[in-house]
Amino acid sequence: MKIINLLKKDLLLEVRQQYTFYGILLYVTATIFVLYLSMGQPEGPVWKGLFWMIQLFICVNAVAKSFLQEGRGRLLYFYSIAGARDFILAKLVFNALLMILMSGVSLVLFLFMLGDPMGHEGYFVLITCLGGVSLSLVFTFLSALAARAQQGAALMAILGFPLVIPQLMLLNRISTIAFEDVLQGGLGWMLGIMAGLDVLLVVLAIILFPFLWKD
Amino acid sequence: MLRQTWWKILCVLLLAYTVIAGFLGAVPAKPIVNETIRNLYFHVAMWMAMMVFLSVSVVYAILYLRKPNHSYDIYSLEYAKVGIVFGTLGIVTGSEWAGFTWGAFWSNDPKQLGAVIAMLIYYAYLVFRNGIPDIDKRARLGAVYNIFAFAMLFPTIWILPRMVESLHPGGMGGNPAFNDLDSRMALVWVVGAIPGWTLLGVWIATLRIRLALLTEKKYSNS
Repeated sequence: MKIINLLKKDLLLEVRQQYTFYGILLYVTATIFVLYLSMGQPEGPVWKGLFWMIQLFICVNAVAKSFLQEGRGRLLYFYSIAGARDFILAKLVFNALLMILMSGVSLVLFLFMLGDPMGHEGYFVLITCLGGVSLSLVFTFLSALAARAQQGAALMAILGFPLVIPQLMLLNRISTIAFEDVLQGGLGWMLGIMAGLDVLLVVLAIILFPFLWKD
Repeated sequence: MLRQTWWKILCVLLLAYTVIAGFLGAVPAKPIVNETIRNLYFHVAMWMAMMVFLSVSVVYAILYLRKPNHSYDIYSLEYAKVGIVFGTLGIVTGSEWAGFTWGAFWSNDPKQLGAVIAMLIYYAYLVFRNGIPDIDKRARLGAVYNIFAFAMLFPTIWILPRMVESLHPGGMGGNPAFNDLDSRMALVWVVGAIPGWTLLGVWIATLRIRLALLTEKKYSNS
């Protein structure tokens, strides 16, 4: 119940301020447009690689704010009215939703500007959602760490980039499902590992966040 | 127990045995690897030792979160540092080996990539800790990140490289190295190299921990 309330608060803030949404939207559009100007319409592997790199940068920008925007006083207030676990779960869900939305927008822009080298767009939409959620989970937790260390988004990049390489590699490989008609073996396994990694991240966030919180 | 000297003597003896038997002992003549198979005593043992140190480090990180005692943090940090040094040596020895057997010092093999990623994650641990001025906060956030990093270590070096084709043993379609390990080599490897290098790392870590504890004592008194 508390989780839903906290989630509602985040959504309401977003709807009222509309700062993140339009900010990130502009960022996404501008980046993809620059890519289009410099790359034209690339082949499948390049397209795929560029897509996931852009997802990474979108995620850093969209999710970094989630904890850095909350001031000290506001955090103390949440601490007194809700538990740490509810708070982190609400943040995880909110950021996952935000990333699904942003990944969807960037996918549409990619298809529009950089062309469509895929054979199975339907699969790729699902993989994009999975990838967006996975990236948002890592960066939500790192954003909490960076915020507690009282350092800005620069620290998140230092901590986050090594941590997301395995995920990006997995996503890049899984994406071949959407590009090729003949599938390599082992891709189903990779999907399983990806999902397992996500579960692991959520469990770690729930266990470790209370330690970050208290001061 | 750790202040005693018998295990340090044992460490020197085991390493002497590893180096002497490792360079002079008999090895099976296999194609391509030939004499470079002796690197097994050094390269693979580094990774085994690294896993031990990083595991000890994460145990102390968990202990710190359960009961914030500052010495736990020092133990955790120093074991992580030794683990990082051994991991880096593991990459260097492995790359050297690859240069003479696979034909290139670096070939973007999945295990090489996984190892580099794991090391980057742990380098980030040190950078992250240095950025936090407050001691208690540094210890707590460091412990949290340490647990997180350890959890990511498993996919990067144990799971992902095993699922793809790799030149390393253990991957799909890789070369089978341990299935038919020569019994003379297994002796040097299991009895000498792995415990020897691990004890050396523990020795280094305990010296650094004692130094850190003494430094802290000195500053807290003055």
